[in-house]
Order: sequence, then structure tokens, then C-alpha cells
Amino acid sequence: MQIDPNKCVACGNCIPVCPMGAIYIDPAIRRATINYDECVECSTCFRGMSQEHLNPTMVRTVRRLAKLFRFRFEPEPDVCPTAAFVMEDLEWPRIARRVFSDPLVEHKSTGIHGRGTEEVKTNDVAHRVGIGEAGYVIEFGRPGVGVRFRDIQKMTKAFAAIGVTFEPKNPITHLMEDRTATGELKPDLLNEKILSAIVEIKTLIARVPEVLEVVQQVSKEIDTVLAVGVSTRCDEKGDETILSALLEEHGYTYHRAKTNLGLGRVTNVARVQEAARDEHLASVR
Amino acid sequence: MTNTLHRYGNSESFRDDYILFAIPCRGKNDEGAVEKQKTFLTICARHQPANMGNGNFGSYQPSRHLNPTNHWNRDYTQDYQSVIEGVAKPGTVAAVFDSKDKAEAALREVIQADLGLSINMSTSVTGADQCARDTGLKRHSVEYSLGFIDSHDHLPNSQVLELSTMCGHGMVSFSMAKKMLDMVREGRRSTDQAVLTLARFCPCGVYNPARARRLLEDARTHAA
Repeated sequence: MQIDPNKCVACGNCIPVCPMGAIYIDPAIRRATINYDECVECSTCFRGMSQEHLNPTMVRTVRRLAKLFRFRFEPEPDVCPTAAFVMEDLEWPRIARRVFSDPLVEHKSTGIHGRGTEEVKTNDVAHRVGIGEAGYVIEFGRPGVGVRFRDIQKMTKAFAAIGVTFEPKNPITHLMEDRTATGELKPDLLNEKILSAIVEIKTLIARVPEVLEVVQQVSKEIDTVLAVGVSTRCDEKGDETILSALLEEHGYTYHRAKTNLGLGRVTNVARVQEAARDEHLASVR
Repeated sequence: MTNTLHRYGNSESFRDDYILFAIPCRGKNDEGAVEKQKTFLTICARHQPANMGNGNFGSYQPSRHLNPTNHWNRDYTQDYQSVIEGVAKPGTVAAVFDSKDKAEAALREVIQADLGLSINMSTSVTGADQCARDTGLKRHSVEYSLGFIDSHDHLPNSQVLELSTMCGHGMVSFSMAKKMLDMVREGRRSTDQAVLTLARFCPCGVYNPARARRLLEDARTHAA
């Protein structure tokens, strides 16, 4: 992201807008400036702010006069008066920042926007997490802190060391390529900063305390914030007693959940035919 | 394309926060999903949602060509129709409700519609369980939020967190949430103005303006 210095009037409206706190007024040029190393290319400034298209010279003059008389203009706080933000084309590896930080950009590896994960949201159709299994979504950097890939790698390496299963349809797993045994990510990405990313793994449910202990330990070495979710299948009555009991036994509290209500089914024609064929073959054998 | 799992607060604070969303599974039920997603949103729009989103934009949107007079008379109307019509490809669509009754009524109609998409509810554990039981559903899977691990003291106070984490993609910055809290306390913005300023930053349309309004009203008289 760039700010056009010819348009910027240094009103400062964009400064609190940035989730990473990467925008500041540079006193040397009296314009808003982006700390390029801290910017995660999330586009919140460009897309989230409303835009006027006022003449910059006129706005600067009015602001100077108001300042002279100690007048305080109370503008709408989410407006860039001169539409000064410029979205730039990015190249590898910086483009990874946008892919992981801008929720409107689709992950090519999974075809999904946002963090690129379906988690258990489609478990009634995809069966990613089965009976007796636990799925984990370990999110790095959100809220409001951001994370570098090198810190995510500390966790993926720790997970690989204890032998968990990485979810194949996940953007971070995709960055491991054929290195899921070691948990190493692409080396040229390690210094890139992003707003957030999710590592998805799966184990047998009995291993939940062990995995969460690893998360706690590695979090101390990572200078960011983590958000942790653990999922499982409910029983045939729609109840879930095993994982919740295990979590409570080990002192974890939870108030909120995402609940898959079980209304999904396979409807793609080819898939339905495939299932019918399998059923027929099974019956004639 | 939504992340509503890690909203900050306890069960009681989610009493006016029920999110229903529909999502197709790639390769399994994504054929014809766009029309089904539109049907889902159309149903939800009939039950007074607090917000709705189609994966690309929500019912509160920033303006690319704001008229300067809008500083005095800004348009705060929600546009559900454009959210419905704006569904362009298979993805997550969501509706936010400020009561269990509204969410449940919408869910009953969604069940009747038999869309075949995965339908999820994000709220308190007990709230979703109750909704499932009341509508005769058996939960398939559940994902518990264990909250945040902040080993290095990065996070701000609870009021800022409650407001900012309602955008699950982190588009509502701590600074903006704090600025709105301060402006409401100082009488420089009404709660409605502050709420809608925050909601416009959430492109998925899952920001809950009703809950944010309550939180801002509470924060006016109660320090974090």
C-alpha cells in the first residue's frame, strides 16, 4: 500500500484505522506515511475508509486556517478526504502479506477467502474431523498484533515433532510443500509479516491436553497473540461430552463455539453418481 | 469467509449475538451454490437481521465517492438487497441476529428450504445447543473457542477487545475501537454513529451493530 504524497493532507484519519499501527504522520514531509515493514497489506485503509475526492490544496488551506484560529473540525472519522491511498501491485514474497491479510483475497491453494480454511464448518459434508478425533485451529496474530512466518514456523515445527496430522487443505500446510514431516515453511517467506494465519491439525481426542500444552509452551517464544479453537464430532444424539469434559478437566474454559448444525449434504452431480455407484458395487459384492 | 469464533466475552455477553452462516464444501456441494446462498440470505433478511454479508461486502459499506455534505447527514441505511444480489460465487454468506428468537425463526425457515449447504451457528455454546434442540436438529460438530493466549501482553482492555474482535478478520483496529469508545464518552459521537463507523470496516458483514451499541452504552458509564 502507498499513500500519494501529492494528495495526502495529513488529517490523520487513517492512523487509528490501521490494524497494525503502521501509519504515522512524518513531520519531515508533513504527510501520512506507511511503515512498509510493518504494513501487512490488509487493505483496511484503502477499502474500509470512505473516500471524498476533494482538492488537496483547498483542504490543506482550510486546515491551516482552522489550525490558526484553534478551531477543531470534527469530520467523519472513517473518511480519507482526498482518496490518497494507492493499492500497488505486489510481487513474491511480499504478495503473501496480502493473501494472508486481506479477507477479500482468495487463497489459490484452497479457493477460500479469509484464512482459507473450512475447519469443521463443512464437516457434515467433508468429514474432516471424525468420531474420536479432535481438530485444532491455532490462529496467529489476531487480534491486532500480526505475525511473521518465522514465528508460525516455530509452532509448525513443534507440531511436526510430536507427530500430528496437518490439514492438507490449509494455506499454511500448502506453504510446507513436502516438508510436513519437519513443519518447515518456504524459507523466502519467513520474514514476511501478515495480519493472521491459521495452522490446522488433527489428532486423536485423547491427545488434546498434550497438543494444547505444546501450544502454551511455544506461545512463550512467539512475540504475538494466539487464538485457539478445538473441534470434534458430536454423537448421534447431537451431544458432545468427551472433548468438553477433557478441556474442563485440564482447566480450559470456553464460552463460545461454532456449531455445525448438520444440514449439509453432497449435491454435486458427479459426486452423487459416484456415491450411488459405490453403494451399488457394495451391494453386489 | 468468516471468522466469528473468537469474539471476546463470556456467555452472557453473547445474549444478543447469534450468527447463522451457510457455506458450500468445495467439490462436494458447490454446484448451484450461488442460488442457494441467495435463498439463505433472502430467508434471513425476513427475520430482522442486525447485519448480513455475502463474503465480499456487508449491509454497511464504505462509500468510494462520499459527498462532503455527508459529514452532516450521512446515510446509515442498510442495504440487504445488494448483499443478496451481490453473491457472486460459492463462499460463506452470513446473517447476524440480535436475539435467539430471530435466529431460531430464520433457522426454522432455512431447515424447510433444505438447501443442502452446511449451516453453522456461532454464538455461546449453550445458545447454539438450545437453538439446535428447539428446532429439532442434532448438532453435527462443534468447535470451541479457548480464547486468546497473550504471553507478551499485547492485548488492550476488555471493552476494546469486545468491540474489535467482532470483526473476525481483524479489520476493526484496537485504535479505532478505542477512538469510538472515547468519542462516545466525550459526547463527540452518538453510539449509533460510532457503531456504524466500526461496522463499515467489516467487509464480511458479521459485525454485530446491536451488541456493539450495547457495549458502547455500557462503556459510557463503566470503565474497563
